[in-house]
Amino acid sequence: MSTAGLERAFREEWTTVVAALARRLGDLQAAEDAAAEAFAAAALAWARDGVPPNPGGWLTVTAWRKAVDQLRRDRPVVIDPHVLAEVTRGASEEDEEMAAGRLVDDRLGLVFACCHPALALEVRVAMTLRYVAGLTTREIAAAFLLSEPTLAQRLVRAKRKIHEAGIRFEVPDPDSVTERLRGVRAVVYLVFNEGYAATGGDQLVRTELCDEAIWLGRLLHRLLAADAETAGLLALMLLHHSRAAARQDGKGRPVPLADQDRSLWDQALIAEGTGVLDAAMTRRAPGPYQLQAAIIAVHTQAASFEDTDWLQIAALYGELARWDPSPVIEINRAVAVGMADGPRAGLAILEPVLTSGMLAAYAPLHAAHADLLERAGETDQAAAAWARAAEATGNETLRDELRRRRDEASGR
Amino acid sequence: MKYALLIYSSSGARELASAVGVNDDFVVYTRAMKDAGVLVAAEQLTHTDTATSVRVRGEDRLVTDGPFMETKEHLLGFFLVDVPDLDAALMWAARMPIAARGTVEVRAVQTGQPWQAVLD
Repeated sequence: MSTAGLERAFREEWTTVVAALARRLGDLQAAEDAAAEAFAAAALAWARDGVPPNPGGWLTVTAWRKAVDQLRRDRPVVIDPHVLAEVTRGASEEDEEMAAGRLVDDRLGLVFACCHPALALEVRVAMTLRYVAGLTTREIAAAFLLSEPTLAQRLVRAKRKIHEAGIRFEVPDPDSVTERLRGVRAVVYLVFNEGYAATGGDQLVRTELCDEAIWLGRLLHRLLAADAETAGLLALMLLHHSRAAARQDGKGRPVPLADQDRSLWDQALIAEGTGVLDAAMTRRAPGPYQLQAAIIAVHTQAASFEDTDWLQIAALYGELARWDPSPVIEINRAVAVGMADGPRAGLAILEPVLTSGMLAAYAPLHAAHADLLERAGETDQAAAAWARAAEATGNETLRDELRRRRDEASGR
Repeated sequence: MKYALLIYSSSGARELASAVGVNDDFVVYTRAMKDAGVLVAAEQLTHTDTATSVRVRGEDRLVTDGPFMETKEHLLGFFLVDVPDLDAALMWAARMPIAARGTVEVRAVQTGQPWQAVLD
């Protein structure tokens, strides 16, 4: 196994042990402390006696016993009698069950606790990366450009809140699980987007966050195999990530889809993402993640920008707008319709977005407008729209490019 | 676990109580809590106009007219509930008749403190 593979296996083992204990103790800090003790004990015992047949089970049971000892030693007065009963019973009877593992429920329970809406969004993200993905505090702090003590303090406060406010490490009731699951997916997608569109940090950090988000997506998909939108989220991230190498040029400048070198797209990721998406769509439970994934899947099937099945992309954006009515989606739809049915059709869709004035300061709106006008032969208007786009963007490199387009349109 | 559902609103208790339907809604809500077996205690406070604040500094007892803090939102009262977890407490908080125009702060109750042994 490679070093990275070993590290990942270690992290996965650690998060599994922490999940099993957290759910039974209702206390993430106690779970983490016991897991640390168990891993220390393993280092000694396994060197002496060899690795046991079920290392994961060994670690979980050892950690559980450490936690029970700790509870008996430290907190005989303040301990909740229900927890004590559970713990005492568990020490004798639950060993077997723990070793076999109700692993799916444990890990999902931890996911739902870390993504609980009673925690602030940035805290949910940090908790999920720390306890579900198993990243270290140092790694998370680096990824979000925070100091390590600041992040550590946030985690400590969150753990205390989960414990004292009574947030359970359980899958929510059927009447709220849909909404809570939407929140979990949003946290994972936020991690991905942070990696994808981060303005700060170096490229390595960004790629790492994308990888972590995809790892989380795979885990969720494994734990919730029947959930179409969770599969859709994984497919979306895989398909997005397949274009990572083509998204930037040698100087780190963003390359628009139309100009990307498609031979740089990662065919393995495309195949995996498309497979996950196809399986999800057979469940006939559509949603925004599946639709967004489907849009990228259509792009990946095209040999070139011009060869793209724009009619289908336009239809998918139309469907997406029904789930998530937003002017940004309308802009994308206008571009797709403009490619499928000609620039005038695209302009007709863009018109209400422009008159609403909601995105007047949004450069991609004016760029899309300018491009459609130019293709419709309205060169004067196109030049003015390129100028508005250049005005609106905050990105220097992009501004130069937009000004070049303006000059081109006005024949300068 | 026990949770205090603390009711805050910028409109005072008096105006609120006279608002159409609110009193009836609270009767229904309190009854639902009682029927579910989660209600431990509940109180409605008089308006902050009537509040008196007390501090002792050294030998001096300082008594002032008015609430601890002059804020736009006031504590109007609370429900004390005993439910399994935060999710259940949040569910009851969201059902509070005033939740649509005020804020319900949910706070878990501390247990196992030495002074609490005196209560038993």
